[in-house]
Amino acid sequence: MTDDKPTEKPTEKPAEKPTDRPGDRPADEAADKAVEQPATDQSPENAPEALGEPAVELRAVGERHGMFGVRGTGDTSGYGGLVAPVVMPGLAQRPYGGWFDTVADALGGLVEGVVIHRGEITFHVHRDNLPAAARMLRDDPELRFEFLSGVSGVHYPGDAGRELHAVYHLASYTWNRRIRVEVSVPDADPHVPSLVATYPAADWHERETWDMFGIVFDGHPALTRILMPDDWPGHPQRKDYPLGGIPVEYKGASVPPPDQRRSYN
Amino acid sequence: MSTDYYADPSETTEGKVFTVTGQDWGEIGAGLEGDAAERVVVNMGPQHPSTHGVLRLILEIEGETVTEARCGIGYLHTGIEKNMEYRSWTQGVTFCTRMDYLSPFFNEMTYVLGVERLLDIEDDIPEKAQIMRVLLMELNRISSHLVCIATGGMEIGALTVMTIGFRERELVLDLFELITGLRMNHAFIRPGGVAQDLPPGALDEIRSFVALMKKRLPEYAALCNANPIFKARLEGVGHLDLEGCMALGLTGPVLRSTGYGFDLRKAQPYCGYETYDFDVQTWDTADSYGRFRIRLNEMWESLKIIEQAADRLARLEGAPVMVADKKVAWPSQLSIGSDGMGNSLDHIRHIMGESMEALIHHFKLVTEGFRVPAGQAYVPVESPRGELGAHVVSDGGTRPFRAHFRDPSFNNLQAMGLMSEGGQIADVIVAIASIDPVMGGVDR
Repeated sequence: MTDDKPTEKPTEKPAEKPTDRPGDRPADEAADKAVEQPATDQSPENAPEALGEPAVELRAVGERHGMFGVRGTGDTSGYGGLVAPVVMPGLAQRPYGGWFDTVADALGGLVEGVVIHRGEITFHVHRDNLPAAARMLRDDPELRFEFLSGVSGVHYPGDAGRELHAVYHLASYTWNRRIRVEVSVPDADPHVPSLVATYPAADWHERETWDMFGIVFDGHPALTRILMPDDWPGHPQRKDYPLGGIPVEYKGASVPPPDQRRSYN
Repeated sequence: MSTDYYADPSETTEGKVFTVTGQDWGEIGAGLEGDAAERVVVNMGPQHPSTHGVLRLILEIEGETVTEARCGIGYLHTGIEKNMEYRSWTQGVTFCTRMDYLSPFFNEMTYVLGVERLLDIEDDIPEKAQIMRVLLMELNRISSHLVCIATGGMEIGALTVMTIGFRERELVLDLFELITGLRMNHAFIRPGGVAQDLPPGALDEIRSFVALMKKRLPEYAALCNANPIFKARLEGVGHLDLEGCMALGLTGPVLRSTGYGFDLRKAQPYCGYETYDFDVQTWDTADSYGRFRIRLNEMWESLKIIEQAADRLARLEGAPVMVADKKVAWPSQLSIGSDGMGNSLDHIRHIMGESMEALIHHFKLVTEGFRVPAGQAYVPVESPRGELGAHVVSDGGTRPFRAHFRDPSFNNLQAMGLMSEGGQIADVIVAIASIDPVMGGVDR
C-alpha cells in the first residue's frame, strides 16, 4: 500500500524505555528490575497487533474525537479535545506462512499489499489489476478460487483518496482456502472493473454495491439498482447518508431517532 | 375489457399493459388478440402466494413456455445493515436475527462468530455455549427445511405436506420458545456465548421431540418419495449442474444436489462441528426432486447432531454459557418473571442495593458496550440455504463500522432464470421452491 498522505502513522514507534540513566537511582538489583519493567502502554496486551511484525505500515482511515465519541453535548469530562487516529491492521511482511505465500507468489505484482489479521488474509489490489487477478485466482491450478461469495462495500470517509472499498470474499473448493480481495477507489472517481465475466455470481452483488455505495462497476451487463427503487436519490449505505427516522413521543417525552441519540463510538 | 378503475389496460412505450386481478384471463386473452403472437411479459408477484414472500418474477412467455425469466427484488429491504451501524455490537444481534426469518440462529451465529474473531476470544467461548449454539442451529435447520418442504408442497397442490410440515415446525418453535423465550427473532446468541442457560426440563423436551420426529419423518417419505404426482412435478425440473452452481456461486442443497458434497460444517468447521458424528447429504440428479430428498435426509442428520448435543449438555449442568471476560460478557442475568422474561430480580438487587461497582459496570456495558479492535472478519456458516456469511468491519469503536451479510437466498436467486427458462410456467414455481429463497434474507 503506497501512502501519500500525511495522515499515515509511522510504522512503529521506537519503544521508549523508561529512564535508564544509571546515575539517577541507587544501583541495587530491585531498582534495576523495576527499570526493566515495560511501561503500561507498551506491554504486549496493549500493543497493536501489527507491532509484532517488522516495519509494519499503518494507515489512518479516520479520527476518533473525545473519550467516548459523544458529540453535541457539553464537554464536562475535559477529555473532549482528544483526537485519536482510527488505524486498521497494518501490512504484513514475508513470509506470510503456509499457503498464504503460495497465493501471494502466484499473484506477484498484481498485489499492492497484504494484510493478515486474525488468521484471515486480505490482498489489496489496484483496480487496474483486478480483472487479471480474479482471472488468475480462478484459473491457476495452484489457486483455484472457484467460488466468489460476494462483494461487500465499505465507505471510509476519512481515508482520503481511497474512500470506497469493494471487498470480495473468495473460496477455493479444491484447496479449501479462503481469501479476501480488497479494492479501494476515491470518492471522486468511483470506478471498479466488473468481475461478472469471471465470476457470474458477482452480478447481483455488484448491483447491490452500486445501489448502496455508488461504486460503478465498469463492464457490468446491467448495472441498475437492485434493492432500492429505481428512482431513489443517493446511496444509502454511505456514511454521509443519514439513517433517517423521526422522534417518537411517548407519554410526553420524546425519543430522538437512533442516529441523533447520544451514543458512544 | 373491464372498466376497473384500478386495473385498466394502459398504453406505455413498452406496449399495452394489462393488470390481472384474477378470474379475468378470458378478457385478457381477448384483449391481446393480434399482439399475442409477439411477446407477452407477465409480472408474477410481488404479491403472489407462490413466490415465498414479495418476490417479483418477470416472465416472458410464449404460450405456456417461459422464454426469459428475471427477478425483481428489494420489496422487503429494511436497511438492517445500515441500522446495525447505529447500535452496539451486542444490539446488532437483535437486528440481524430478523433478516432470514426462517433461520434466525444462523444469522446471529455468523455475525457473532465474526465479532468474536475480531475480539480474539474464539477460543474462550465456553463449551456449553458452543454446544447450545449447535443444538439451536440444528433444530433451526429442521424447522427451516420443514417450511421449505411444506410451502413447496403447497405450491404444487400437495396440501397434506403443508399441514404436516407446519405441524412439526410448530414443535420446533415450541422448543425455541422454551429455551430462548421467543418463537422467532431470538437474539439469543450473543458475542461471547448465549443469552441464558437452558431452562430446567429443556433436555427432556428435546429428547421427546427427537423421538417424535423419528416417527414423523417417515411420513414425509411415505407421502412424497415415491408419490408419482409429486415426483412427476419435481423430477428434472429446475435442473442446474455443478458447473452452473459454481459459476453462479450456489451453495447449500442446490449445490449438493449435483452430487458435490460441500458443507461448511465439514469443510471449515465452527462451533465444534468437527466433533459431531454426521454425514453430508448429496443427491446426483441436480433437480428439484434431489433437493427435496437432500432436505429430508438432512433433517435426519440434524436429529443425530441434536441427540449428541443433548447428551453433552446433560453432562454440563450449571456450566457457564458466557465468556469469562467481564468486559465482554453481558452483565445482566435474565430470568422468567410473572410478566415474562426480564432482568433477574437477584441481579437488580445486587446492582441497586449491594455493589456500586456492579452498577457502574452494568451501566457501562449496557449503554456504551464494549470496544472491538479495528479490522475485518468473515466467518461463514452453513445455513439451511447455503453459505451465510457476515463481513464484519470494526474501526475500534463500540458499534459495527459495517456489517454486510452474504445471504445464500440473495445469491441463489440469481439462478432462477437459468433454472426456469425453456420450461413451463408451472415449473418456475417448483424451481423457486427448490432454491428455497427467503425474501427477508434476500432484501435485508
